Amino acid sequence: MTDEQTTQSNATLPPLEPLIYDLGAPGRKGVNLPDSDVPEARLPEHLVRTGLDLPEVSEMDVVRHFVRLSQFNYSIDTGFYPLGSCTMKYNPKLNEDMARLPGFALAHPLQDTTTVQGALALMYTLQAWLAEISGMAGVSLQPAAGAHGEFAGILMIRAYHIANGEPNRTRIIVPDSAHGTNPATTAMTGLDVVEITSDNNGDVDLDRLREVCDETVAGMMITVPNTLGVFEGHINEIVDIVHGCGGLMYMDGANMNAMLGIAKPGELGFDVMHYNLHKTFSTPHGGGGPGSGPVAANEKLLPFLPGPVATIEEEGDGDIPPLYGLSMPEQSIGRLKAFYGNFGMLVRAFTYIMLHGGPGLKAVTQHAVLNANYIRARLKDSYTMPFERICGHEFVCEGHWTDAEGVHALDVSKRLMDYGFHPPTNYFPLIVPEALLIEPTETESKEACDAFIEAMLTIAKEAKDNPDLLHEAPHKTPVGRVDEVRAAKELVLCCRPIPAVEK
Amino acid sequence: MTYIPHTDADREAMLKAIGVESLDDLFDAVPTGQRFPRLDLPAPLSEPEAAWEVGGLAASNVAAQDYAIFLGAGVYNHFIPSVINHILLRGEFYTAYTPYQPEMSQGTLQAIYEYQSMMCALTGMEAANASHYDGATSLAEAVTMARAHFRGKRSKVILCPGVHPQYRAVARTYHQGSGMQFVGDKGNATIPDLIDMLDDSTAMLVVSYPNFFGQIDDIGGLATAVHNAGALLCLVVDPIALGLFKSPGELGADVVVGEGQPLGIPMSYGGPYLGFFATRKKYARQIAGRIIGETVDKHGRRAYVMTLRPREQDIRREKATSNICTNQGLMALAACVYLSVMGKHGLRRVAELCYHKAHYAAEQINALEDYSVDTSKPFFKEFVVTCPRPVSAINEHLLEHWGIIGGYGLSQDYPQRENQMLVAVTEMNTRDEIDTLVEALRNPDAHAGHAH
Repeated sequence: MTDEQTTQSNATLPPLEPLIYDLGAPGRKGVNLPDSDVPEARLPEHLVRTGLDLPEVSEMDVVRHFVRLSQFNYSIDTGFYPLGSCTMKYNPKLNEDMARLPGFALAHPLQDTTTVQGALALMYTLQAWLAEISGMAGVSLQPAAGAHGEFAGILMIRAYHIANGEPNRTRIIVPDSAHGTNPATTAMTGLDVVEITSDNNGDVDLDRLREVCDETVAGMMITVPNTLGVFEGHINEIVDIVHGCGGLMYMDGANMNAMLGIAKPGELGFDVMHYNLHKTFSTPHGGGGPGSGPVAANEKLLPFLPGPVATIEEEGDGDIPPLYGLSMPEQSIGRLKAFYGNFGMLVRAFTYIMLHGGPGLKAVTQHAVLNANYIRARLKDSYTMPFERICGHEFVCEGHWTDAEGVHALDVSKRLMDYGFHPPTNYFPLIVPEALLIEPTETESKEACDAFIEAMLTIAKEAKDNPDLLHEAPHKTPVGRVDEVRAAKELVLCCRPIPAVEK
Repeated sequence: MTYIPHTDADREAMLKAIGVESLDDLFDAVPTGQRFPRLDLPAPLSEPEAAWEVGGLAASNVAAQDYAIFLGAGVYNHFIPSVINHILLRGEFYTAYTPYQPEMSQGTLQAIYEYQSMMCALTGMEAANASHYDGATSLAEAVTMARAHFRGKRSKVILCPGVHPQYRAVARTYHQGSGMQFVGDKGNATIPDLIDMLDDSTAMLVVSYPNFFGQIDDIGGLATAVHNAGALLCLVVDPIALGLFKSPGELGADVVVGEGQPLGIPMSYGGPYLGFFATRKKYARQIAGRIIGETVDKHGRRAYVMTLRPREQDIRREKATSNICTNQGLMALAACVYLSVMGKHGLRRVAELCYHKAHYAAEQINALEDYSVDTSKPFFKEFVVTCPRPVSAINEHLLEHWGIIGGYGLSQDYPQRENQMLVAVTEMNTRDEIDTLVEALRNPDAHAGHAH
């Protein structure tokens, strides 16, 4: 192989934007640093590196480069983003200001707890609010993302059975409609996945569930409403069957935007669940993170929460606030990351809940579900709906037609880009052919929903009249369809030569 | 209902199109016994009220804008150029989702590709991923990679006691059910002691560079020993130190992980941070998490895309390399902008300033009668001070009377290190601050009178 890890020779057109390494000039600097105000110490020459292959650019080079890059992105701030299971709602600007307050942004996580009472009060209060919203006994804010929260929850279930002298409970039941993270999480904890099928309504097949429930079952993971966008018709029965065989119930909280003030997972009988603060509580997705995935548990699993969690060390009295601290739950599964969670995300979610209160959160869900059902109702004559029923905050339809041969969900998605919309989620859930999972969220207006509906209806017509328009889409994006096969085959992951010393 | 745009007329028209009477009718499938619970939360606040409340909580914290800080232990108060926050606040970056649709995400994709390239350059590796949650989880995922690489045939991981205590704890949490065993870090094992533990069941040996105590251990021959045993060498690194010290690639590492917070990310009471992960190209297909690769679009224009997707959970499900589906995308962007604007000369300069100031501080403190600094090994920006009194008592005094956030008390994690303080000095600490710290340590009973 050549040392230059580059496929630029394969490109026949100039790049949209040069790489930062191709900008600037030798000797150019982007930042002014002070002279040393102390005597300079002697450097240990035998330990010092010789070269450092970083860019040499000015601050303005940097600004223009990244601003131009930003303009190649689609985002919530630029348009409608109906990406199912991702809850791409508006991210309030106030949140950003609050997370950047110097008292938060410049606090060190290892400071004595008496010096960070504001941060701990916020964490303690958020724990309490998330417990209230879920109907659970307690919350740990440590997990850094939804999948991280799932990992915590399944480790807790595992630890619970081991503590109860039942280490032979090693199987986790996962419906075939589940997010891929559910089976992947289970495998990471060392437990085994038992996949069960859904019935024709998109619900868990109860007979099949009864068959697999025995003394080796550790628990079951399900999403409510499920990933097809529907509230399970018999959630109470599912919970009873799994509890009946000694298993515990895990709720994947990805779809909590359909649950706020509608039902509490704890009251439905779930033992443990995770939230996605970056979905339900408006913290930004950041182009793929950071997220935040607090885990909530009932009394049974409370001692197993990951930690540390915020606690009250001394109760307050009248005008004297309580003294907050940090502690590990009694039988904790341990630390899942350094420190206490993605604190900046906690500030944003706290602010969001504060602005809404109980009735405001219920209204969030009501309008998220209203928007989804409105779009579903308006599209149902043009797109196949596998489940003819009221949906939650999202719904799945099929992106193919018998009279439009060769047109796939991916083509519909790419064509939507030409109309200025981000596509829905493609090919998930896996059990619906050519799935398009559509989630509008409550922050989109009726006009925005109508514009999206018009585009979808037009595309359904184009699929039959002029399918090439779909196959060749997108036409109006910064780049056309990209060659994913070449990317995986040639595997160019770095634009720099390997340093000479490595040869 | 600030962020819900619906008018009464909208609601009426939409309910009619759906064919139901009221919003509540949309929830008939929820069991009646559990439908519409009361949420016992405080009454909603207006935007200015919420800003006051949250602002009050922030203001009640002691934080580095008003205090001199000598606390590090894995999180550092480094200079953050203004340009970073301005780029992060571009809505096109921070309100975008994971770049699953490359035609609409070239901005994020190219930025992360550039980030990966810079992390390779810094670490001397050939492949970096788009990041993990933090340095600790990066280490846990390195263990996962080693486990996959040896297909479970090697299950021992040797951890140096000088690896951050929380990183070691997280690696153990991750692997409580995976069958991996961790050894080496319960006592005072030295590098030669760790080499003695290598055998044919060893999957990986993990050393921190610099170590948790700020020192550069002599790891010149380590890679050869590890490779002779057929195992992988993982280095946990401080990215600022790599501006000055030999790259892990040069030292023979197979995997390099670490905390990217020093690269332009605020301390923010523990997160969000950035777990970086880099390795040799031959292991690229075993990396967990997202990876961006270069390719072309159908017109022949250079383009970027998430690659090696079939390792990931949404496709491989229980056979995936990890359950990870979020990285720390925006934090990787911050590091990318930081390394761009600092550049070749700036990062070296920051590292040198840390080095000079830390050595000045160590020399001054070492000259104090009752204090001694461990100078047995070269160190970078942190050093260990043995104090005449418990660290907590000294820190209370420093904070109360001198406006200084003191160093980290090592006995919390290392009981044998009683009265030992880990002091961190960065380019943000002025000589005046260092002299004040020395003065405060010299006079345990005196009050500076300039506490904030």
